[in-house]
Amino acid sequence: MTGLILIIFSAVFFPGIILRTKSIASGRKGPGILQPMKDLRVLMMKDSVFSKTTSIIFQIAPVIGLASIICASLIIPFANQPAFFSFESDFIFFAYILAVGKFFMIISALDTGSGFEGMGANREAFFSMLAEPAFFIFLATLAMLTGYTSFSDIFTKFYITDSDFIMIFSLIGVYLFIQIAMIENSRFPIDDPKTHLELTMIHEVIILDNCGFDKALIHIASYLKFAVYGSLIYNISVPAGWNIFLQTGLFLFIQFFFAVIIGFLESFRARNKMIKNSYFILTLTAISFIAFVIIIIITGKIA
Amino acid sequence: MDSFLFLTIIFLSFGIYFIPNRYKYEYTMILLLAGIWVTSSWSIQALFLNDLPVSIDLHSGLLNYDFSLYIDKLSAFFLLAVNFTSLTGLIYAYKYLKPYYRIKYPLSFSIHYFSYLWLYLSMSMVVMLQDGIAFIILWEIMALSSFMLVIFNAENREIMKTGINYLIQMHIGMIFILLAFLIAENGTGIMGFRSLKPYFSDHSNIILFMMFFIGFGLKAGFMPLHTWLPQAHPAAPSHVSGVMSGIMIKMGIYGILRVVASLQSDLFIIGNIILFVSLISGVLGVMMAIVQHDLKRLLAYHSIENIGIIGIGIGLGTIGLAGKNDYLCLLGFGGALLHVLNHSLFKSLLFYSAGSVNHSTRTRNIEELGGLIKKMPYTSAFFLIGSLAICGLPPFNGFISEYLIYSGMFKSLYGTDLYTASILLSGIIGLTLIGGLAVFCFTKAFGIAFLGQPRTNKAKHTEEVPFPMLFPGFMITTVIMIIGLASTFFVLPAFEIVTDLFTIKGLDQSELNIYTDNLMKISSLGGIFILTVILLIFYRRYHLSSKKVSYGKTWGCGYTAGNSRHQYTATSFADNFTCLANPVLRSAKLEEKIEDTDIFPKKRHFHTSSCDVFKDYIIEYPKEFLLKSLKKIAVMQTGQINHYILYTFLFIIGALLLTYFELI
Repeated sequence: MTGLILIIFSAVFFPGIILRTKSIASGRKGPGILQPMKDLRVLMMKDSVFSKTTSIIFQIAPVIGLASIICASLIIPFANQPAFFSFESDFIFFAYILAVGKFFMIISALDTGSGFEGMGANREAFFSMLAEPAFFIFLATLAMLTGYTSFSDIFTKFYITDSDFIMIFSLIGVYLFIQIAMIENSRFPIDDPKTHLELTMIHEVIILDNCGFDKALIHIASYLKFAVYGSLIYNISVPAGWNIFLQTGLFLFIQFFFAVIIGFLESFRARNKMIKNSYFILTLTAISFIAFVIIIIITGKIA
Repeated sequence: MDSFLFLTIIFLSFGIYFIPNRYKYEYTMILLLAGIWVTSSWSIQALFLNDLPVSIDLHSGLLNYDFSLYIDKLSAFFLLAVNFTSLTGLIYAYKYLKPYYRIKYPLSFSIHYFSYLWLYLSMSMVVMLQDGIAFIILWEIMALSSFMLVIFNAENREIMKTGINYLIQMHIGMIFILLAFLIAENGTGIMGFRSLKPYFSDHSNIILFMMFFIGFGLKAGFMPLHTWLPQAHPAAPSHVSGVMSGIMIKMGIYGILRVVASLQSDLFIIGNIILFVSLISGVLGVMMAIVQHDLKRLLAYHSIENIGIIGIGIGLGTIGLAGKNDYLCLLGFGGALLHVLNHSLFKSLLFYSAGSVNHSTRTRNIEELGGLIKKMPYTSAFFLIGSLAICGLPPFNGFISEYLIYSGMFKSLYGTDLYTASILLSGIIGLTLIGGLAVFCFTKAFGIAFLGQPRTNKAKHTEEVPFPMLFPGFMITTVIMIIGLASTFFVLPAFEIVTDLFTIKGLDQSELNIYTDNLMKISSLGGIFILTVILLIFYRRYHLSSKKVSYGKTWGCGYTAGNSRHQYTATSFADNFTCLANPVLRSAKLEEKIEDTDIFPKKRHFHTSSCDVFKDYIIEYPKEFLLKSLKKIAVMQTGQINHYILYTFLFIIGALLLTYFELI
């Protein structure tokens, strides 16, 4: 329960912190931290325009996208408290329920019959397909390390295993989860939400035709997704046994830190060329594969 | 009594030829229902009521041959799947075949219905027979009847050619099965599945298994034995492709399961072989599916992919058997079995929907479709549900079986040796790739064919199919949702079948509780998901009711004259994938270059095609080589009688000389 409240709490501030970091980095005064929430309110108040080409799919896709991320957040544990639903191999459910939301966002883009959105749909489908193995290989590594197969068990037992090399996995985990979160949310090295040209967008071009309430739902889903991945990063980097107040503080700090990193990266670096994205994502798979090889070596399977 | 009814159905099936054309369908339906009633009662007995297998003597004193049916839990499971899919297929056929009544002779309908009934009967008997000779006969009838069903539109030469290709490949498979049974009989004196256990206990397992695997794998469509599948499914009428892809290819899986259950040694290496072949089938199957434009061919390649997933389960289960890892065994085989049922549901649903599209638009090329969701809302909804289920997305049924297989792999990782760990990891990577690629493929298929604007007039002037063609969709969707949301009732019987078949320890009560608990949690999460969606939809409707909602054009970046030809096409959707995977797919583009001198370019054509590497290397090139070399030998065929007498003379001389030198 605490975990869920914390996820929602950090989702409220997350986009604002990114914005604020970017404005400070570029020397602007910039909007306040709650500006994205105010934008949401504006979006909610707006009237809606739909394309005549679209069908019911376009109307329900944002709803399904939000519902899928809500369901996914129910299996994220916090500290030593297990999640609402914790069962064997629950991360499979996590990945697949997020895929449901993605499936609907992709077909809703195709529903508009626009060439631009088809392009975005294709890229979204392609890149998230490539990113999937990295997540699963890394969780296989964790399952092999701890002997457990659910998020709650893995993260509570992660720091108790008597391995001396736990920091390696923690670091690789932090790196991988950050990058996967970026791909899933279509942020920095893969995509840039502030791109101006439709031809180079991924996520923004998918939602070109959404407006008003639907767009607000899509934004909420995206903020929640950040917070969910942020809490995964937190879970892998902080031992579960620590004091609950310290945990809460650390959780908020890590979410804050995560947002600041995103803000800084987006301020100072250019995004990848579209053609390099697939290589970049496959590199992540390679890194998680290295993690798997390390676990094989340290458990003495290879001399 | 029941066995008498069963024999009566067999006997009455010949009556189809004598019934007036108007009542042929009804007659077939009655016989099919009777068959389903009898076999379902047997299988329910075997699956839920008795602990012992049901054995039925078919009064075969007339034939002077032991021709008895034997239904254990595995047979019962397959029987129920056969029954359901055959029933939905025949219901779908009612309106689907209507247009053909004007253009075809009554005899073609007699043959069609007769073959359909016999496809059903042979499939149900294949899973009930243990005796080798009877099994082979029914296996042959199954191939023949499905061949007759495929060539329903035999006026089309392409279809006839495809059908014959199918027939030949099925017979190659049958030769392997027959030989394998004969080898086992030679060693033990018994013919049939019962001979395998004694044979395997004192002979090498791997050779005989490979023969069975090739024979049954040809039916199931494992790569590289799959080449008949993508040709036969588009050629057949849609209810036939639904039944063939839904359940007939699973007969191969049934055979493999029976053989694996009898194995005594070499389990580890055999498990690895199955897993390797399945991973290739799964990943390459879905990769080839992505580049297809023919809706039914795309689905056919997905059958190969799903056979791959089933095979991954079987391979893992076999590795589990070898390593005495009961969890892996149970989850692998259990997942594979459940996936057999799941695939029979969503694949037939998809094929029926694709058939409905073909029925109303007269095209299967997704590049010519688009915007069908407005014209054919029910068909589109069924295709969407089928797509979500086949991608293994919750809360649909495909997720449950994939979850079981995944969970078996993740659970077994801890504390295994290097080799097993790498095998398990390759399985995990394979399954994730298959899942991601399937999402890619079905967003393409659904998005291009059903959404957006109609790309041609074919898609523009179309209407929803009549209710009898939609009814099977409702039936199948109901079962899909039940399996997705109440998985416990299906997974636990599947586990029971596995423990029964492989005589492993099975789960004790506490482990069983864990599994029930896991599945209950998945079900409740699925329920929560659906509930959240419904609540949000209602809230959205309430919210929008106070706002002004208007409709306009799709945003065109300032260009206001956009038309349907500006939409993304299936080729362009698959393009970045095709670039990445071209070494395997070898898709080719045919385009006319625009020269510098072309000031006013004329109309041009652009053509892309994909090829099946296996088909080229295994079927086409050897075939061409054979034809070429046989043509050279044809020089001898001069047509002059004196030459032929010379050949005879030379042969006799040769035979005499060889005998003289005691060489023969």
